[in-house]
Amino acid sequence: MVTVSVRLPTVLRPAAGGQSKLSVAGAAVGDVVDRLIEDYPALESNLVDDEGSVRKFVNIYLNDEDIRFLESLETPLSEGDELAILPAVAGGQ
Amino acid sequence: MAVFSSVVDLVGDTPIVDVSQLSPNPRVRILAKLEGQNPAGSVKDRIALGMIEAAEAAGELRPGSVLLEPSSGNTGIALAMIARIRGYHLKIVLPENVTVERRQLLEAYGAEIIDSPGAEGSNGAVRLAEKLAAENPEWVFLYQYGNEANPEAHRTGTGPEILKDVPEITHFVAGLGTSGTLMGVGSYLKEHKPDVEIYAVEPPSGERVEGLRNLDDGYVPPVFDRWGGMELLDGKRIVRPVESLTWTRRLVSEAGIFAGISSGAAMAGAAKVAERIDEGVIVFVVCDGGWKYLSTGAYTEPIDEIAERLDDVIYF
Repeated sequence: MVTVSVRLPTVLRPAAGGQSKLSVAGAAVGDVVDRLIEDYPALESNLVDDEGSVRKFVNIYLNDEDIRFLESLETPLSEGDELAILPAVAGGQ
Repeated sequence: MAVFSSVVDLVGDTPIVDVSQLSPNPRVRILAKLEGQNPAGSVKDRIALGMIEAAEAAGELRPGSVLLEPSSGNTGIALAMIARIRGYHLKIVLPENVTVERRQLLEAYGAEIIDSPGAEGSNGAVRLAEKLAAENPEWVFLYQYGNEANPEAHRTGTGPEILKDVPEITHFVAGLGTSGTLMGVGSYLKEHKPDVEIYAVEPPSGERVEGLRNLDDGYVPPVFDRWGGMELLDGKRIVRPVESLTWTRRLVSEAGIFAGISSGAAMAGAAKVAERIDEGVIVFVVCDGGWKYLSTGAYTEPIDEIAERLDDVIYF
């Protein structure tokens, strides 16, 4: 188990007691997501779908890399890693 | 040099410049494809022309037709140039918080601007355009996020240009907006040189979008899903404003390339790839020049101060 920081976007802060940055322990990204949901049940429906996968409009980044292109929820963590959860929004000009 | 009958004939065939002096790895070359050389100033000239010609071929457009598009700038500007030349009336749904240069360019080319709430970002512009399109079925809604002519312009234009000029390419890096550049170039490169890896960069844009009520308001462009974006991309990363600005400054000061801020983000992505690989040749897209961003102070003021301000300005 290591401890990582998790940044939440504005839209999710109310579900986590108004916090923007949390410290959470876990060995893989999925452990951190489970722990977040345990501590803040209101986050569950926001983060994962019925099958336990990360929801389509949610992107999770490990040290700024999208975990879907790493090992998704199984991506292992190192001490001091930074996770950022961001909603998918329209980009482009 | 030939004489061209219209600026529209100048779209595409952009030059590639070696900027390996910026590479953090001496065994990795980094090459910049300068899309700011297009006549209306950005990579979006390609898709604007592609979407308009596809609509013309389908018989949807006649002189005097009304075109509608949500755009924070470049697509709107490119469409405005072509619409003016071909005699269409263009309505652009524009988030209020884009730089003043974009608004003025749209006005210069004669587009009609419909404001959408700045706090809702591009999502809000897309939503408002969808509503207006439903209310006015006689308007032609090009919808760059879902228009096949968008990635197709890159599959048939940008992609072949890159492979012809740089047959030794190993990695391609571009910004992820509508996903058109990455899907079109990516699928062409993978088809003709399957070992090439495709990397997307994006700004942390969802972090502070105040108008986002919940995650169901999220958005993944239909083009990304239909072109198999999850399989096509080898990686995707956020580049934060400070990093984007730092590389935008290095592009102009060390390579003489005066580029827009999202091009700095793409260069940052290219540098990250270069650090990770042993050797290779990376091509990244400079999607526009810096002209439209001068009012942000991006090139002259302290980076931390501008980065703070960029949170409230759409630059990607």
